[in-house]
Amino acid sequence: MAAYALSMPFMIAFTLMIAVPLAYAGYLSLFKKQLIGGVSFVGMDNYARALTDASFLGGVGRMALFLVIQVPVMLGLSLLFALILDSGMLRLQKFIRLGVFLPYAIPSVIATLMWGYLYGKDFGPFAQLAKSLGLPAPDFLAGGNVLFSIMNIVTWGFVGYNMIVMYAALRSIPAELYEAARVDGAGEWRVAWSIKIPAIKGALLLTTIFSVIGSFQLFNEPNLLRVIAPAAIGQDYTPNMYAFQLSFVNQDANYAAAIAFLLGIVIMAVSYGVQLTANRKEKAS
Amino acid sequence: MTATVADRLTLGSQATTPPRRKRSGRSTLLTVAMLLCLVYFLLPIFWLIVASTKANEDLFSSFGLWFSNMNLAENLNNVFTFQNGVFVHWMVNSIIYAVVSGLGASVLATAAGYAFAKYRFPGGNAMFTVVLGAVMIPLTALAIPTYLLFAGANLTNTPWAVILPSLVSPFGVYLMRVYAADAVPDSLIEAARVDGASEMRIFLQIVLRLLVPGSITVLLFALVASWNNYFLPLIMLNSPELFPLPVGLAQWQAASAAGSGSQALFSTVITGSLVSVLPLMAAFLFLQRYWQSGLGTGAVKA
Repeated sequence: MAAYALSMPFMIAFTLMIAVPLAYAGYLSLFKKQLIGGVSFVGMDNYARALTDASFLGGVGRMALFLVIQVPVMLGLSLLFALILDSGMLRLQKFIRLGVFLPYAIPSVIATLMWGYLYGKDFGPFAQLAKSLGLPAPDFLAGGNVLFSIMNIVTWGFVGYNMIVMYAALRSIPAELYEAARVDGAGEWRVAWSIKIPAIKGALLLTTIFSVIGSFQLFNEPNLLRVIAPAAIGQDYTPNMYAFQLSFVNQDANYAAAIAFLLGIVIMAVSYGVQLTANRKEKAS
Repeated sequence: MTATVADRLTLGSQATTPPRRKRSGRSTLLTVAMLLCLVYFLLPIFWLIVASTKANEDLFSSFGLWFSNMNLAENLNNVFTFQNGVFVHWMVNSIIYAVVSGLGASVLATAAGYAFAKYRFPGGNAMFTVVLGAVMIPLTALAIPTYLLFAGANLTNTPWAVILPSLVSPFGVYLMRVYAADAVPDSLIEAARVDGASEMRIFLQIVLRLLVPGSITVLLFALVASWNNYFLPLIMLNSPELFPLPVGLAQWQAASAAGSGSQALFSTVITGSLVSVLPLMAAFLFLQRYWQSGLGTGAVKA
């Protein structure tokens, strides 16, 4: 049958590259490598260990804090910019739209290298400016600040991407929906709040869920900043960094698999929660 | 109420398209405010360009956001000759990994997305739901077991280790399903069936052409994802001559931060970074039509 023939190549690749590794990770997570006697079945022991592991819990907590602050700031800016673009009140529309989006074209590794230099005390322009004013150089990479410095890198990279998603959704709202409101004297903000934002719920939900998934999986930025701020960023700074360290430095793939699985469950639970909240709001209104 | 809306409808259709652009006046104040915001987004890129023109010593001695002595040619020379020109390998690798992964992912997603959109078949919906759910699986949950499986099959430290996992784009399938549902009229498929065309012929000779814009969007995103990929090549590859750009540059950066050897590597890392972001920035500038409409496709229907 044609439908199977067309979908099979993808489904085979999907099975081999996603389903099988995932099942294998689940299998691995139920075993433990003993110092003597090789690998033995331990049931849910690895999961029990993870749930009291300060490194894992600390990482998840840090990512939750990251999510609660960074995601609203980023998506708020994206929405504001998208509404401004859609209002048609800007000159240089195309230039501004492209300029805000451009950081998305820069790989996160290179964005982090760049911001790392900008943050730096050696030749970062912020430190240089502070020095010429006789002020102490701001320490963006100190323990208490570095999470915010990472938030800034992610925000910088993704405001434009989310803005374009929302802008595209705004453009697809039929104009007659708010022409009437305008004739009735509603201002631009009123139209945005009462008509445009509710009309792009789908896009807002999509960007929120992708941002949630992305936040919990943070790896590149902290892993690279660790090179220049080893005191502020530990090897267990994020759950993904911790799993990476466990499996490739400590050679404990079994425990790492359990950590990765638990992280997946956290992500699914939070994404589901976001969807539920969105649906409830929809019903209430 | 309905009457008013209907009136507006007709009024709106008489106005020139797009009608809503005409309503509000352009605001200089708002434009200036947005340009100030733009400084935040473009300043780091400007810094990268400025810093790429400086010799290593000048990075420390001159102000970061303005030019000093021109040393770009020397920096470029360093980038391309350092460690026997391994940077050239990284560029070629990045391009090969991105193009092969992108094309593969796009072809697979196009066929599957069309099948999910236009055929009702047993297991079809279940498969699509499973594929969508896969978007949430954390990277490491897949990367660690994939590494172990590949190691068993002697695939680690080969280009396949990076390319094979990148061929599967669940979001691409979602995008293509949404796209195909709109872009391919059912009547067209019906007409072709009446004419006696086989399902495969319908797909290859009629439908595929209609799906091209969507496929290019998926191609672009798979290309970007592969070009930006760091985690997978980091764990899969050991040989520097197989690295893609992000892994290689991160290694240079670590060496320069550690101050290894007498070479001052900062200017080389910075100039290498600039060289490696230029292709993608150029691609985004020239392919605006595709990514702008493509990003919308997924969002509007979500």
